[in-house]
Amino acid sequence: MTEAHATTAASANHATVSPALASHFHDLRQQHAAADLGLWIFLATEILFFGGLFAAYLVYAVLYPDGFLEAAAETEIVIGTINTALLLTSGLAAALAVKAAGADMRRSVMVLIAVTIGLGVVFLGAKGYEYWLDLGHHLYPTSPDFPLAAPPAKLFWSLYWMMTGLHAVHILVGLGTWGVVLFQTFRRSFSLTDNSRVRIAGLYWGFVDVMWLFIWPLLYLMGRAT
Amino acid sequence: MGEIEIVLPAASSAAVSTDGKLVGLLIISGLITLLVTCLIGLFAVRYRRGSEASRDRLPNWFAHDLETVWTLATVGLFVAIFAWAASQDFALAVPPEESVEIHVVGKQWMWKAEHPGGQREINELHVPAEETVELVLNSQDVIHSFYVPAFRLKQDVVPGHTTRMRFHTEKIGTYRLFCAEYCGTQHSAMIGRVVVMAKEDYADWLTRQPEGDDLKEDGKKLFVAKGCAGCHYGSSKVRAPRLAGVYGSQVPLSDGRLVTADDAYIRDSILQPKRDVVAGFEPIMPSFAGALTEGELVSLTAYIRSLAVTETNR
Amino acid sequence: MSDIPYRDVDVQGEKPGGRLMEESYLGEKFSIWSWLTTTDHKRIGILYLLSTTLFFFIGGAAATLIRLELFTPAGDLLTDDGYNKVFTLHGVVMVWFFLVPVIPSVLGNFLIPLMLGAKDLAFPRLNLMSWYLNIIGGGFAVWAMLAGGVDTGWTFYTPYSTAFANSHVSLTAIGVFISGFSTIATGVNMIVTVHTMRPPGMGWFRMPLFVWAIYATSLIMLLSTPVLAMVLTLLVTERLLGLGIFDPNRGGDPILFQHLFWFYSHPAVYIMILPGMGVVTEVITCFSRRRVFGYAAMVYALLAIAVIGFFVWGHHMFTSGQSMYASLTFSFLSFIVAVPSAIKVFNWIATMYRGQITFEASMLYAMGFVGLFTMGGLTGLFLASVPVDLHLHDTYFVVAHFHYIMVGGMVSAFFAGLHFWWPKITGRLYPETAAQIAALLMFFGFNLTFFPQYILGNIGMPRRYHAYPDAFQVWHVLSSAGAVILAAAYLMPLGYLVWSLIWGKRAPSNPWRASGLEWETDSPPPKHNFLTNPTIEGSVYDYHPAQEPRREPADD
Repeated sequence: MTEAHATTAASANHATVSPALASHFHDLRQQHAAADLGLWIFLATEILFFGGLFAAYLVYAVLYPDGFLEAAAETEIVIGTINTALLLTSGLAAALAVKAAGADMRRSVMVLIAVTIGLGVVFLGAKGYEYWLDLGHHLYPTSPDFPLAAPPAKLFWSLYWMMTGLHAVHILVGLGTWGVVLFQTFRRSFSLTDNSRVRIAGLYWGFVDVMWLFIWPLLYLMGRAT
Repeated sequence: MGEIEIVLPAASSAAVSTDGKLVGLLIISGLITLLVTCLIGLFAVRYRRGSEASRDRLPNWFAHDLETVWTLATVGLFVAIFAWAASQDFALAVPPEESVEIHVVGKQWMWKAEHPGGQREINELHVPAEETVELVLNSQDVIHSFYVPAFRLKQDVVPGHTTRMRFHTEKIGTYRLFCAEYCGTQHSAMIGRVVVMAKEDYADWLTRQPEGDDLKEDGKKLFVAKGCAGCHYGSSKVRAPRLAGVYGSQVPLSDGRLVTADDAYIRDSILQPKRDVVAGFEPIMPSFAGALTEGELVSLTAYIRSLAVTETNR
Repeated sequence: MSDIPYRDVDVQGEKPGGRLMEESYLGEKFSIWSWLTTTDHKRIGILYLLSTTLFFFIGGAAATLIRLELFTPAGDLLTDDGYNKVFTLHGVVMVWFFLVPVIPSVLGNFLIPLMLGAKDLAFPRLNLMSWYLNIIGGGFAVWAMLAGGVDTGWTFYTPYSTAFANSHVSLTAIGVFISGFSTIATGVNMIVTVHTMRPPGMGWFRMPLFVWAIYATSLIMLLSTPVLAMVLTLLVTERLLGLGIFDPNRGGDPILFQHLFWFYSHPAVYIMILPGMGVVTEVITCFSRRRVFGYAAMVYALLAIAVIGFFVWGHHMFTSGQSMYASLTFSFLSFIVAVPSAIKVFNWIATMYRGQITFEASMLYAMGFVGLFTMGGLTGLFLASVPVDLHLHDTYFVVAHFHYIMVGGMVSAFFAGLHFWWPKITGRLYPETAAQIAALLMFFGFNLTFFPQYILGNIGMPRRYHAYPDAFQVWHVLSSAGAVILAAAYLMPLGYLVWSLIWGKRAPSNPWRASGLEWETDSPPPKHNFLTNPTIEGSVYDYHPAQEPRREPADD
């Protein structure tokens, strides 16, 4: 196995073989291209996944404009907006971590990842508090005391729980990924420059950020238009 | 084993023109299938390994031109078929001068029909021949589909929607009625028959039916019984729009839109009153979704429609 | 699986000395554990072969019950509820656990790296994970079946599936959801492999068309499957948590479900047929000993189907009450998407022109594919015409139409490919005569089963009926009789292929004298596929028998 990849790596003009290179790739460039492309494609599927939900939202928002505005006015705009800021800041930290990894700055990478994780956790905490408030206001569609009369309001709140819930699941996955990457960086178990792990985690985190930038105006800002 | 059936009777005008398309498509696709099969067979025999047939090199233009020719030919053929088929849609989309309107409700697992005079039937539909009939279809539970093969027509019956199916009957006879959209355990028992009768026989048949309440009379009783009259009637204290003359008119809504008060609008206003609030009124009406069966909705709508007729000079 | 005794499976002894030696991928390690944790694309292909075969026979058993029940007009063998559950099981298992994975994950997995001269797919562990996801998803579906079944039909139409069905809808939907991620994982793997791991010298337009077909399929998988995942998520949350996205009583709209579902499920039809087209292209060129006619046109046709296929979903909803203009637009696009399919059919036939044709079993299957696919495609034109569809929608005509594509097309193509690459996969030759008989039997059994269903649909027999009027019986009897032949034809390969594993002749590295990199390595291939780096010379399909000049200068 090592024999085989040593020969191919040599043919690709690599004097020494990085331990990060998997045996079925010719060189690191090919491996990085594969990893990047793979994640970009995966993110495309994620966009279509949320796309189904956004399509449903769009259809009903067009069908029931008043009901949706009325229901959207009930969301917790303060928490939603603070969360937007938190997530964008964590996105900045993540982007810097990717840059730092490219420059092999291990300590900075660890600090920045820690900041990213910290902000993400605070985001989830705030989201949890918001959920608790929503439940207190009976703002879930199966509640017998659902405060809004119009049927479209229940649709809005169904979509609210689906969108924010699925987004929170993605945040959790992102935090888990960052946790593993942070631990591995700490243990020096991979080379920051030869390996695309930090960049992959950063890309995914960027996607989660951007999703929120679509959810925030739809769920929080729209109801405040009038 | 029953008698073998190959040809369906064509009992509506749509059936005649659809059959034309069917036969046309059958001929075209039959010819193409024949061509493909013959070519495969011919090449398989002629160019089997070691046969004497020539394998000379083909001129260079051959591949390119052949590809272009059959691509364009296929596009042309398919677009032509599309246009031919679409012409029938446009022809059918023109609404007829007048039609017999029958309300049909699908529910697990039966069809309930209600004629304009209030005559009701289950799993049967009697219609006059040589007449345009318009079915107004609603579902009480899941999606069904009203399918009369002899008419070559089917229309899904979707809960929460009112769908319509229009046909012009041609041939007197009794035809099969199926539910074509899978609707649960006894889907295959949701069948019935459609009886196309001569006009006089149909009129006869209507009078022989048990004296069902007139649809609008039914609706009028419901209007009181369900509490609609409490708000929507002359002397009530709550401010709600009067309904006389509303049907068929243009109604201004609170958000500035203008809608026509048709069956769908009336129905939506009963089930989702907050959706289209009439200008100048508060959105205070509760939803009647779940409180009324499909049949009752049909009757109420009929009553409100009848109010338009009495108000002639609006 | 490792209990199958491969005798003398390593071909070292046979080789004239002097070459580098490596154990074949089959012989390398033999424990069950080594198979279950393998990241070798070839072994994962074999795992997929075993699992899809299992699901094929589960789905086939359900089909047998359906045909038995429909032998008589009365609903006597099964209860109505039982019948509904059986056809749902048939649909769910066949669509998601057989047809979608079978060619991309069995043949694609095995062959894509070989055809590209690569050592493995880009993400070997993701590849193994995708098999496990498929198995877990299938496990949920089978669990739902054992726990009492599902009766919604494979389309899960709301509001029946959300508010009325009392069967195990959520369990099945979760199973399909999980298997969807398996599909996505496979799609990502294939696309990245094709993009980044082609060998030097193999440009995009020098790839085998099978690779192109898998590439186009993967594009569809990636862009459509997530929408299915979302629609199933909404379905399950509506059932379990009471969110009312599709419930008309809570303001929702059941038609929205149909839009989202068919946005996945129509492209999914192309997921099921494009890989078959790829296989057939390889087989026909090899046994006609001709370069494929119009390589570039074949590629563009695949891509055109993949793209236009996303814009035709509304033709499943002509009767749902959508606006006439929407119907006409979808109708027009459905006619357009048929054009590239027609081009492919003509090109296959033109490839045979002036060839040196031999009739091995794979070739018989491939020729059957072309004919049956043509019939399936042409009957699609009936259903794309709005007025005709108003009559034929949801009747047996539709059943016959998609079985011509799925069974006549895809299953034939799978068998063509399985026989074609069987020597490469196992290192054994299958008995040719038995295989030819099975291929012919399958063709006749298939036509006898499904052609009467076209007639049934035309005289108005609706789908999913457990009892039916007497007048339809004669066609149902014919269909059931055909199904018996078809079942026998499917059992035959199971017999002789397994037989060949033990007693079959050992295969040389290129038994068909086919072109393509996969034939340059041993049969079965060594663990790392190639002992020396394969070289790419000339274009693909470089068959040049004596009578034919080497290559035409105009390379399309």
